[in-house]
Amino acid sequence: MTTTEDRSQAGERKPAQIVDMSWDPITRIIGNLGIYTKVDFANREVVECHSTSSLFRGYSVFMRGKDPRDAGFITSRICGICGDNHTTCSNYAQQMAYGIKPPPLAEAIVNLGEAAEYMFDHTIFQDNMVFVDFCEAMVKATNPGVLAKAERTEAPGAAVHGYRTIADIMRAFNPFEGEVYKQALKVSRVTREMFCTMEGRHVHPSTLYPGGVGTMPEPTTFTDYLTRLVRVLDFIKQSVAMNDDVFDFFYEALPGYEEVGRRRIMLGCWGAWQDSNFCDYRYESMGDWGRQMFVTPGIVVDGGLVTNNLVDINLGMRILLGSSYYEDWADREPFVTHDPLGNLVDMRHPWNQTTVPVPQKRDLDGGNYSWVMSPRWYDKNADQHLALDTGGGPLARLWSTALNGLVDTPYVKATGHSVQISLPKSEKLPEMTLEWKIPKWSNTLERDRARPYFVAYSAAMAFFFIERAMSMVRAGDMKTFENFDVPDEAIGCGFHEAVRGVLSHHLVIRDKKIANYHPYPPTPWNASPRDSYGTPGPYEDAVQGQPIFEENGPDDFKGVDIMRTVRSFDPCLPCGVHMYLGKGKELTRTHTPTYGASHD
Amino acid sequence: MTMESDMREASQQPASAGERRGFDEIDILWISEGMSCDGDTVSMTASGQPAIEDVVLGLIPGLPKVNLHNKVLSPSEGGEDFLAPFRAAARGELSPFILVIEGSIPNQNIIQGDGYWTSFGNDPDTGEPLTLNWWIDQLAPKAWAVVAAGTCATYGGIHAMAGNPTGSMGLADYLGWDFKSQGALPIVNVPGCPIQPENFMETLTWVLYHAAGSAPPPPLDHMLRPQWLFGKTVHEGCDRAAYYEQGDFGRDYNSPKCQVKVGCWGPVVNCNVPKRGWMSGIGGCPNVGGICIGCTMPGFPDAFMPFMDEPAGGSLSSMLIKPYGAFVRRLRGITNMAVNREPKWHHNRAELTSGYDPNWRS
Repeated sequence: MTTTEDRSQAGERKPAQIVDMSWDPITRIIGNLGIYTKVDFANREVVECHSTSSLFRGYSVFMRGKDPRDAGFITSRICGICGDNHTTCSNYAQQMAYGIKPPPLAEAIVNLGEAAEYMFDHTIFQDNMVFVDFCEAMVKATNPGVLAKAERTEAPGAAVHGYRTIADIMRAFNPFEGEVYKQALKVSRVTREMFCTMEGRHVHPSTLYPGGVGTMPEPTTFTDYLTRLVRVLDFIKQSVAMNDDVFDFFYEALPGYEEVGRRRIMLGCWGAWQDSNFCDYRYESMGDWGRQMFVTPGIVVDGGLVTNNLVDINLGMRILLGSSYYEDWADREPFVTHDPLGNLVDMRHPWNQTTVPVPQKRDLDGGNYSWVMSPRWYDKNADQHLALDTGGGPLARLWSTALNGLVDTPYVKATGHSVQISLPKSEKLPEMTLEWKIPKWSNTLERDRARPYFVAYSAAMAFFFIERAMSMVRAGDMKTFENFDVPDEAIGCGFHEAVRGVLSHHLVIRDKKIANYHPYPPTPWNASPRDSYGTPGPYEDAVQGQPIFEENGPDDFKGVDIMRTVRSFDPCLPCGVHMYLGKGKELTRTHTPTYGASHD
Repeated sequence: MTMESDMREASQQPASAGERRGFDEIDILWISEGMSCDGDTVSMTASGQPAIEDVVLGLIPGLPKVNLHNKVLSPSEGGEDFLAPFRAAARGELSPFILVIEGSIPNQNIIQGDGYWTSFGNDPDTGEPLTLNWWIDQLAPKAWAVVAAGTCATYGGIHAMAGNPTGSMGLADYLGWDFKSQGALPIVNVPGCPIQPENFMETLTWVLYHAAGSAPPPPLDHMLRPQWLFGKTVHEGCDRAAYYEQGDFGRDYNSPKCQVKVGCWGPVVNCNVPKRGWMSGIGGCPNVGGICIGCTMPGFPDAFMPFMDEPAGGSLSSMLIKPYGAFVRRLRGITNMAVNREPKWHHNRAELTSGYDPNWRS
């Protein structure tokens, strides 16, 4: 069983009243995503969900035969919000293929850039996209009873964020009008300025190269970054407190809300921020330097750590079809039969993938329905193809790091069960240590809660990286780029945490040209359709079976609980897809439950 | 932000500057379902000059009231709520509106059967996906103005690269370079990968002033780019151009010098980023160590690859400038030493040697 068990509670079930509900395109995400559901309004739950993306551009097709050094520039264009994650990951893969290690200062500069990217992206997404689903206007339209309670509920974190009641916080997030909504747009600009000081421009970097960076490591570069970092600290500390208040309130106001978007704990994290003291980009030692990353890689299943070894993570990757618009490549010649350690590489591994698009009619009833493929991680001990998710990114990163207990810096410490994040004094607020503890569930609210904590984590690590960088500069070590030659034949892989989670790039070079290149961003994992084993993708699995708390019936149904779940994964479909709310065409009205209802 | 879909009349009040009547209110229908990464929408939110919220909240005097319909920022949950104004416009029931297209336009004609490269919503009758091409065919002829945001929508961009499977192209390739909107405007192209945030918001603001009747149409060049933004080259605004003049070139990316020998195409690319900075004057490309890869240009990316190689024309011009540059650099070095010295009358001795004469007359 690689999906979440049936959650329908034993007890009184009413005759099902199943209505087709779909949202296409979904708003407040990046890219095209469509969510097609069947909702049982009598029992207030979602009985079926299909996730589809309707956009195909074909990067792995048009990159063939190009100069491998172009890969970071090209793959950045995969995504307009996390493109720099692709450039970074591509450069990691190229550095492995070319056999080079960038100077330590370059690594610090890339880490600072990526820290700013997390701060920017999580802020604009959480406050200007996700939180609109929790704002006063939305809660009034979907759960007026909850809003009335929020007006009467004092906010526990008022001393930090200044809002007296939960409803006051919700009002601050009303789109284009709320105070925090507008402030978040401004903070997303300051953090992008920080990013630009390190990587030139946003979102497609100009100063990142395989072998290092072209960024000028002047003291001014770091002062410009540091002063902006200090200016956004109050906002970051307040965000964590506001989010905690609102999400804790939801659990209390709507008993059972923990079931919304809950799925079995199957999280993947590929690690973030290299430590230049350890990372040499050799495949052979990848397991060791992977564990030294400042976010620890790991696959977490049912609360236990399956592996933190990037070599194992790499070899377990499988790209399945089943519901996607592509021709299979299983009977083609493999590009890579063995990894540099002599391990067998599977035919369904990205190194061996060949992408042949086959545009076709969408068939949501047992046929092909998406341009997204179905990446899975093969757990050899359990002999299962796990549909891992990333929890939107932050949940898996914090979970893996906490459980591994390896990160130990003056600003961030992993304890085995939590992550402690220390932020210095800022203009309004004192020095604070925030602690993210491993939650009870992998669900919608915990995915959303993890996001502001990871902004704090990124800010804290940014202080660490800037201290490293400035001490190198003060010591006169100004080198930022290492020269290299492109080999005739080579392979490489890059592992990085994009904002939304796991990101890998697999590269094969023949005759100094790209013979094969496959980027796997987080969204293909999360937004994937049913695979050849029939296992649904994480959005589908998380939405399917979830209860509905919205007070509206089929005629004015907004689907807010479903949308909260989908958005909790921070969908980004250029990286991987399209929500259409039909006027609720009623499918069946039966007296026996038809979909997945286990009733006694 | 409102979602009104009713027909509106043009304002009866003559505009302050011109004779043409302007609009009091206009919808922006933004479709990013081209071959896109949504990077132009994201980039647009980075602009503070003006900021998108300044425009949506009506803080810029003289602009019409703007109803923005953009997927990333829409307060709606999506689906039909979000599609309503697009559907109304397609039926001819929403006017005036500005159509913004983000992403290149795939060639739907190369697909046999019912497949699609990209779609935006479904046909309400059949439930089948509606292609981007269908929407453009419906909306472009009814739009008061058509704006292409980003190099993909303007000229095809990265997704129209050699070897691509989708047959992608720019909006003018699809609609025709002589296309005129209902407002008698050609397509307004704002290239860039992504758009420089302020370039886009400034162009949109000009178009909105024009919609209000208080500005002439934006001046565009032969590739339909705003002239005041794309009329100069990267090199003409690059603060490393002085290294070039002195024949002093960076040999790798550690160098603060001119990057033309390590891949910069700035001398031949129309773009203002080094002069303007990426946002709020911060960041950029060759001015901060990032080679110009020509991402605003119709020839992007194929004409510029491999990006990290020296441009073909760069070797000749950099060779020609070498003797002059080396000579001038030497002379400037000598002068620089001279001007790095203070005049000899700057001292703390008990005498004044500045040449001061209380009785001096010319």
